[in-house]
Order: sequence, then C-alpha cells, then structure tokens
Amino acid sequence: MAHRHEVIVVGAGGAGLATALYAAREGADVAVVSKLYPTRSHTGAAQGGIGAALGNVEEDHWEWHMFDTIKGGDYLTDQDAAEVFAKEVIEAVLELEHMGLPFDRLPNGRIAQRRFGGHTKDWGKAPVHRAAHAADRTGHMILQTLYQQCVKHNITFYNEFHVTDVILEDGVAKGLVAYELATGELHLFQAKAFVIASGGFGRIYKVTSNAYTLTGDLQAILYRKGLPLEDMEFYQFHPTGLYPLGILLTEGARGEGGILRNALGERFMERYAPTIKDLAPRDMVSRAMYLEVREGRGVGPKKDHVLLDLTHLPPEVIEKKLPDITEFSRIYLGVDPLKEPVPVMPTAHYAMGGIPTTLWGQVIQDEKNTVVPGLYAAGEAACVSLHGANRLGTNSLGDLVVFGRRAGIHAARFAKDADYHELTEEHLGESRERIERIKASTGKEKVAVLRAELQQTMMDNASVFRTGELLAKQVEILKELMERYRHISIEDKGEVYNTELVEALELGYLLEVAEALVHSALNRTESRGAHAREDYPERDDQNWLKHTLAYKVADGKVAFRYKPVVLGRFEPKARTY
Amino acid sequence: MQVTLKILRFDPAKHEKPTWQTYQVEAEPWDRVLDLLHKVKADQDGTLAFRRSCGHGICGSDAMLINGRNRLACKTLVKDLGSLITVEPIRGLPVEKDLVVDMEPFFAAYRAVKPYLINDEPPPARERLQSPEERERFDHGTKCILCASCTTSCPVFWVNGTYLGPAAIVQAHRFIFDSRDRGKRERFKALGSGSGVWRCRTAYNCTEACPREIPVTQLIEEVKRAILWDRF
Repeated sequence: MAHRHEVIVVGAGGAGLATALYAAREGADVAVVSKLYPTRSHTGAAQGGIGAALGNVEEDHWEWHMFDTIKGGDYLTDQDAAEVFAKEVIEAVLELEHMGLPFDRLPNGRIAQRRFGGHTKDWGKAPVHRAAHAADRTGHMILQTLYQQCVKHNITFYNEFHVTDVILEDGVAKGLVAYELATGELHLFQAKAFVIASGGFGRIYKVTSNAYTLTGDLQAILYRKGLPLEDMEFYQFHPTGLYPLGILLTEGARGEGGILRNALGERFMERYAPTIKDLAPRDMVSRAMYLEVREGRGVGPKKDHVLLDLTHLPPEVIEKKLPDITEFSRIYLGVDPLKEPVPVMPTAHYAMGGIPTTLWGQVIQDEKNTVVPGLYAAGEAACVSLHGANRLGTNSLGDLVVFGRRAGIHAARFAKDADYHELTEEHLGESRERIERIKASTGKEKVAVLRAELQQTMMDNASVFRTGELLAKQVEILKELMERYRHISIEDKGEVYNTELVEALELGYLLEVAEALVHSALNRTESRGAHAREDYPERDDQNWLKHTLAYKVADGKVAFRYKPVVLGRFEPKARTY
Repeated sequence: MQVTLKILRFDPAKHEKPTWQTYQVEAEPWDRVLDLLHKVKADQDGTLAFRRSCGHGICGSDAMLINGRNRLACKTLVKDLGSLITVEPIRGLPVEKDLVVDMEPFFAAYRAVKPYLINDEPPPARERLQSPEERERFDHGTKCILCASCTTSCPVFWVNGTYLGPAAIVQAHRFIFDSRDRGKRERFKALGSGSGVWRCRTAYNCTEACPREIPVTQLIEEVKRAILWDRF
C-alpha cells in the first residue's frame, strides 16, 4: 500500500511530535510513522525537568546556560548550536506552557524550577534553579501535551509501523518503507521531506534506563546506506539507575538535596567535585561511582553499588516532588526512600552521538556539511551537536523541543517548493527480502541469546571506563555476533503481530550501532566527557578537538572522517567543578 | 521458584476462539510478570505476542488481566501473585493476537472529549500564571498514561462499547478543572451525551484498576457535578 504526505516524521516521541506539530503549523500535510502507539515513546520516562534560563527562582541568563552546556559537553559541543539552544529553549518552555503543559508553580504563579547537575550560576560558581518541572514526570507531561496538540491539529498517525528502509537515490531522500505490525504488510511512504526522530539505542547495553524498543533502527538503516554517524563513542551512563534493574531515578533527587554515599557512609562526591559535589555532570559522577566500587567502598554483599540517600529530606519534599521515583524504589526493591537509602549504579541512558545535522535539522553526509536534500533528523537520534561529549541533565527535553521545532519548520518550508519522487513496488524489495530471509531461515541462532551476549559484552568492554585492549576485543566479538546473526531463525511465521520478527530486525540494528560506537571509541585516543580511556586518561585538544564521522565500509570495517568543532565565545579550558 | 503461567492465547490465523496455554517458568520473587512473558517468548514459544516498551509503568503499553485484575505486567511482581499466574488480554476491546488488543476504540473516545487545552485568548509574553492550588486542582488526571486499565475494567464499557469510558473522562477532567482552560462547554457536549458520564454506575472497578493511583471514580463524579452546575 502507498501513502503520500508532504512531511513524514519517523517516531512519536517528544522530538517527533514537536517536529510534526510545527510542520503542521507551517501549513504542511504531516504524518507520523511510529513503531509504537503515541504516548508510549520514551520521552515519557524523562523525569526531572527541562532547563531554561527563565530566572523564576533566582537570577539566570541564557549565556550561563550556554556556557554550562559547552563545559558539560567537555568543549566538543558546537557553540553555535549551544547558543541557539540556550536562547530558544526559553521561548520553547513558555510555548509548552501556553499549550497547557502542567508545570509545577511557585507561590507567585510562575513556573517552578529546581537545581540539576552541571547547571550553574555565574560561570560555575554554584548550582542554579534552572530545571522547569512537573513533579518527577516532566517528560510524561511534555509527551502528553505535544500529543494533545497533534490531536488538535488533526495530524495523521501510522501507529505500530516499523520503518525498514529509507530510500536514498541520487543523493536525495525519496521514500520510506514500513512494516505494519497488525497485518504484516509492507507500506511505501512518499513525501517531500522526511524527519528521523526515532530516539536512541540504550538496548545495546545490559543495564539501561531505556525502553525495550530503543534499538537505534533509523541510525542503523542510514549507516548501512553509507551515511555517517557522528560522535558515537560518546554514550552517557546516568549515575542513578535503580540497582540492579537500571530504572532511572532522576538527578532531580540530588537537585532537591539527595546525597550519594559509599559503604563507609561518606559523601564521596566531595572528593571528586568539591564545588558542586553531587550535582557534578553525569559522566563525572558515574566515573566516581565506578571508582568507589573498584576501590572496595561499594555497598551490598557483592560491594557492587552505592547509595542514594534522601532520608534527611522532609518527607513532603520526597512525596510531592519525587513521587514516581519513590514508588519505583518501593515497588521494585521494597526500599522506602523516606526511611532508608536507595541502592543505585550507573545505567546506560543517552546517546550524545547520532545522525549529523545542521542547526535546522538537515542531515549532512560529510565533514563539509553537505546536506542530503529532503532528509532531516531531531532529538536523540540526531547529533547537532549540542551535547558534545556529555549531555547535561534536562538538555535532552530542551533539545527535542528546540530542534524538533526547527526541523519541523524547515522541512515544511522545504516541502512547499519540492516535488514528490516516483516510487515503485520495486522499492519494497530490499525490505521484503530481509523479512522473508529471516522467516525462512532454519539457522540455529536465537535472537534472545545473541542479544544477551551483545548487551553483556558491551557492558564489560565499552561502558563507563574503556581501554584499547577491551575495545579491540569487542570489535572482534561484534564481528562474530554479526556473522552469527546471519543464522538466526524465528518460530513465528505469521503475519499478525509478529513481534518475534520485529525483535529479530531490531537485533540487526543494535549490532550496527554497537559497531559504530565501539570502532569510534577505539579510534579516539583521548578521554573527553563520557568517553573515558584508561590508556589515554587526558583530554587531547591538539589532536581530538573534532567530531568523529563513522562510515560503514563492511561488517567489522569502519572508515573515519572528522568535522571541526564550532568554537566561539568560550575557549576550551580544564573542566573542574 | 517455579511458576505456572497460564496465558490466554489467540492467533486469528490458527484459532477460532482463545485457548489457554500453560507454561512452567523458573522465576525470582522480585521478577515482574513482564519478565516471565519475556522468558516464555525467548525460551519456550516465540509466537507469543504482547506489547511492552518502557518496562517500569510509565508508557502504558502492557496493561493485562493478571490473576483476574487489570494491571501493568511491568509493575506487577511475582512475589505478590504466588506460583500460579494467569494472564489474559484486557476486556472489551477486540483481541488482535494473544495479549494484543485493538486500541483504536479507546483512542477514539479519548479524542472525542477534546483532550487539549482550549483557550483562544492571546497568550502573554511570559507564562500564564497559575497558583499552586489551581495547579493542584487537576493534578490527578495529569498522571494518566492511557493504558486503558480503567476503561477495560468497567462493566458498563464491556456491555456498551460506545460509552466513552473512565480514561476519556479523566482526560476531560484534567482540562475542565485547569484554570487556564476555556473549553468545558465544548467538552460537555460529548460528556453529557448518551455515551457520556451518565453511563457510569460507580462500580469503582476503574479506581481499583488504575496503576497510577488516580481516584478515577471521584473524578468522574466531579465531572458529573460540573455538568449539572453548568445548567444553572
């Protein structure tokens, strides 16, 4: 079956819905294709807040937010992106409020704001109240509000459609192919502009805050087609994953006064970040936690985690401002945060890297910023690069509204002057073959087994701390897993809700993005932000103040090009907190 | 521990009607029911179909009838159920396959109550002001994750699929009681109609089923009262 819309957005999370909404407001006929139902996307799991220099609680300036973002990104952040972002996120938060988002309020009726990691006043002197929030379910509110607006604007949704192919010919994006889960049919989508907003890929790791469905599908599809992935070596581990499940506990818990403690009861962050302590950026806190455990100060029978202590906070602060994480701890661990500290350990959380784009979300294909006409990306799937080597807490929600809006506006304007491209049934061929091959296979390999091996080895060899030796080992493991992936088979040969087939396709994507990540990490011989090489412990601006562009040559073979970092207002300096 | 997991299976290509299938699964007391479903799918029967995404009760994908009650599979632990666990699809929506139901009628009811802020006054340059008390007034409804646990536990919805159902009314409540909203009269058209709030018989099933602890029945009653008062 074929469908035609002027702008088609892939993904119905915050970035996808923001894109769709602003494209529709520009007058475009917009459709959203998502492998989930709307409001199931993982933006809904974001908790703590959306950072914007509103200055509602205390003095704040967009320039401070810009500086914090760049320093938080260990100076790999493109400074033009940070400037656009820090200015526009203020307007974006106000627009969300105008759309009805139920932010918490201050006594004077203004939007309430809380402290968050790495967000400071006066160029790093002390933490600042910048994160606008709605209890600890800010992402849920953003997702719901944007979906409500999409309903209001009559935007078309193709729910539970898995994109299996992006048709790129003559350097232009011409169409999409998607597999409809309810029927097993392949659909052809024709549009003038396509926006990729399909989220991240935390499921390459065993312990992750990410949904089961975050498997990097579109990053992998474009990477297979020869487009580059940028800065894939920078993957964020959020410090406070509920141990051992990895469920997110917001940094807002520390913003409200929570403290991390080791087995000796020490507030160990005082040693690693004397000024802002527990509110240091996530990469630093995660490393500190790993070091505490490594040096024998971990908690529990295996001494393999630390504690998040909220017991000194007034009970009403915990119940009112952090209700969801309190419930998670009670349900999944039987631990009441009011009475005892909560076991935590870093959890795979966010990809700073992804599909490279311009400031308007246009996908670029090389270090000269050559645009792929008609193709856009936004949100976690994209790399603009706002977050550099390490994203600050709350900046993902800001990113998806600011750059989703920009991508939507630009895509709609582009579509006005563009034409549709001819598509034929033949364009379904590659997807059909891939699906039929998996269904017909009698191979001995199982999806769940390969996936578990991928997730465990990525955890062991390519997570918070890295070495050349372990990364090289992981390169070989991935090669072997890719070979074995050719021999997977599935039991379900049906057409209706064949979720086993979908999981098989997703595993293929996970392997691709893991390959891009591990090769990029092995290639970058320095430590910067979330990429911590024990064999190269220093940041090396001389050689590595540049973005990685990873191109797939063949399975196990990756080529690199480099894009300069956009500097400007802030000179790279040592990063201390 | 060993758990006996009974799942109501249905594949339109193979079955005329749903049939029970039993699986023996090795489980930990702190495992989620969702973990057991994953184990069955990985180790025993790859054809088992169910929806899931976030895995911790936020996305609303995996509402199921578990040991006779609507709950989220990812928020229900083995230790609270014992060693015999039954899982069925939520009721009142057409079953597509196994535990997957057609959600479209549910979302159609959601859309019918105009689930978005209605206010045509030009917004101020900054945020619209709202006191903490005004914000608190509609807090309950903002927690809703549209999982359909409430609507598909409602006996009125089971016998009359045109009833908007508790979830849609909760969504309406969230806007009717928001001090920034001006659209309650528009919503009252659908809510006061034959398929609206007056169908509710206060069975309280919805309140018991809600995984977000929203006092659903109370909110429905508040909407009924708002409609009545609006007539005077």
